[in-house]
Amino acid sequence: MIELQNVCRTFTVGDQEVAALRDVDLSFGAGEYISIMGPSGSGKSTMLNMLGLLDRPSSGTYLLDGGNVTELNDAQLARVRREKIGFVFQSFHLVPRLTAAQNVELPMILAGIAAEERKERVQVLMRNYGLSDRADHKPDQLSGGQRQRVAIARATVMNPTVLLADEPTGNLDQATGWEVLKLLEGLLEQGITLVVVTHDAEIGARAHRQIHMLDGRILSDEQQAK
Amino acid sequence: MRLADTLRFATGSLRGSPTRTLLMMLAMSIGVAAVVVLTALGEGARRYVVNQFASLGTNLVIVLPGRTETSGVGPGLMSGQTPREITLDDAQALLRSRAIKRFAPLTVGSASLSRGALNREVVVLGSTSELLAVRHMEIAVGRFLPEGDIHDTASVCVLGNQMKRELFGNEQAVGQWVRLGDRRFRVIGVMASQGESMGMRTDELVIIPVASSHQLFNNSGLFRILIEAKNRDAIEQVTKDAESILAERHSGERDVTVITQDAVLQTFDRILGALTMAVGGIAAISLAVAGVLIMNVMLIAVAQRVKEIGLLKALGAPGKQIRQLFFAEAALLSAIGSIAGLALGYAGSFIIGQVYPSLPVSPPWWAVIAATATALGTGILFSVWPARRAARLDPVAALAGK
Repeated sequence: MIELQNVCRTFTVGDQEVAALRDVDLSFGAGEYISIMGPSGSGKSTMLNMLGLLDRPSSGTYLLDGGNVTELNDAQLARVRREKIGFVFQSFHLVPRLTAAQNVELPMILAGIAAEERKERVQVLMRNYGLSDRADHKPDQLSGGQRQRVAIARATVMNPTVLLADEPTGNLDQATGWEVLKLLEGLLEQGITLVVVTHDAEIGARAHRQIHMLDGRILSDEQQAK
Repeated sequence: MRLADTLRFATGSLRGSPTRTLLMMLAMSIGVAAVVVLTALGEGARRYVVNQFASLGTNLVIVLPGRTETSGVGPGLMSGQTPREITLDDAQALLRSRAIKRFAPLTVGSASLSRGALNREVVVLGSTSELLAVRHMEIAVGRFLPEGDIHDTASVCVLGNQMKRELFGNEQAVGQWVRLGDRRFRVIGVMASQGESMGMRTDELVIIPVASSHQLFNNSGLFRILIEAKNRDAIEQVTKDAESILAERHSGERDVTVITQDAVLQTFDRILGALTMAVGGIAAISLAVAGVLIMNVMLIAVAQRVKEIGLLKALGAPGKQIRQLFFAEAALLSAIGSIAGLALGYAGSFIIGQVYPSLPVSPPWWAVIAATATALGTGILFSVWPARRAARLDPVAALAGK
């Protein structure tokens, strides 16, 4: 479903070229649970941005569902992101002036979905994630765990095929972190592909497939028996 | 993204920073209000002058002695001669023209008016009964100058409203005698109060038959002949006829000036119209300043909301949509600012109208439309750059808040 071929990504810092990804080859199918681990600067965030189409490879090709997405323009990329990819961030990235429900609604607004349908889908999700009584709260009135649950609801409201989570538990205490992680893992049952970037080995170890990165290269790619 | 959603989202982000929004709207509305008020003033001045001219009479042609045209130094100037005067017979000869409906000869002089111990200097107009109709004047009590021979030197006078009050107070004036210079005149009428008309206070006049005024001031010329043309189209014909008739009587010499009310009116109209435009234009500069302010604040908004923009991109908003969101914000700001400005402007015009009731203050429709359009235009124009900037943000950097 997703295939990276010889993907390189270099940044120019000052007058120096810094390679964040070097000749990465990676492919995974639907419903996989993947963790990407590695120290800071190993290229795991760049990898995630690349997978989420927020960044373009300097060279190499990225095939998503058989189509080459490296050739798409801005509007087409946005459309793919909207329909196939969900993001969960370490710092939640909720819009502070919008309520929890409005934050969840946001991707559907961007997609131009009718208001009645949006309302319905938001209600269902809020109920599923135990946020019904928090729907009209602003993010600053929510706890960290609640905020991340709102963010997950937002990431899944468009029924994406891939969910990319960048240190989803990084800003949460351990108990809440586990709760959020369980919620994410629950999505696997719906056939979603879950990619979690973390430097926490314990969290990374829960994934069925563990990828370790260092200096922009894939160091190891281990498939665990389920 | 649907238009309604775009507008709702833009409204939401404007509400998210109320101080900023209010300040921008204030700048916009002051600009619009300035255009509305200043053009209303200019338009008021224009209409004031036009009304003044209209009150002077309709289809008016004025003949005055002397040629005001510059045509070299004539022998008259060299020898110190004044132009030949226009006589009463000249005036009467004008009736040969079919285009002329009626005319009123006019002399002006100053004499002391007295009744018993009361005495004051007044402007004395000499004319005929036609003056009333030609100048659209109204009589309050009694009657105006008698009709009849233009050379009749009846010792009657009509007092301006204020003159009557000063000399007679609440007493009956009609039928009484007053002294004007060295002659006695019987008051036959009192003019209605009409205020000021083209700088001449008709309330402070005394009007006597034109022949009597020639006797009183011991002269024979006319100060003006006021001619009323049959209709608007006849004005040109009247001008021609007046010139040729008087030239004929003055042994072929064109030594009078004929001006039409229309020409003077149009000149004033043009000048004041241009003035209104100029003042409106100057006020429009404040709109441009408001536009720059909007751009500045929008750029700050883009910088402050860089994470939100990054998020929107990650959620699948293409650059175009981000641009539209910022455009929508600018358009909303300008629209609400313009409406507030229009309200402010109309309120200001109303207050000015109350303070100066004689000035017919009202904002011209073209200025209202132009101000609103300029406000919307500058608002959107000056948001182009910030909106593009937002749309071009790199999503990864934007999410990181860089």
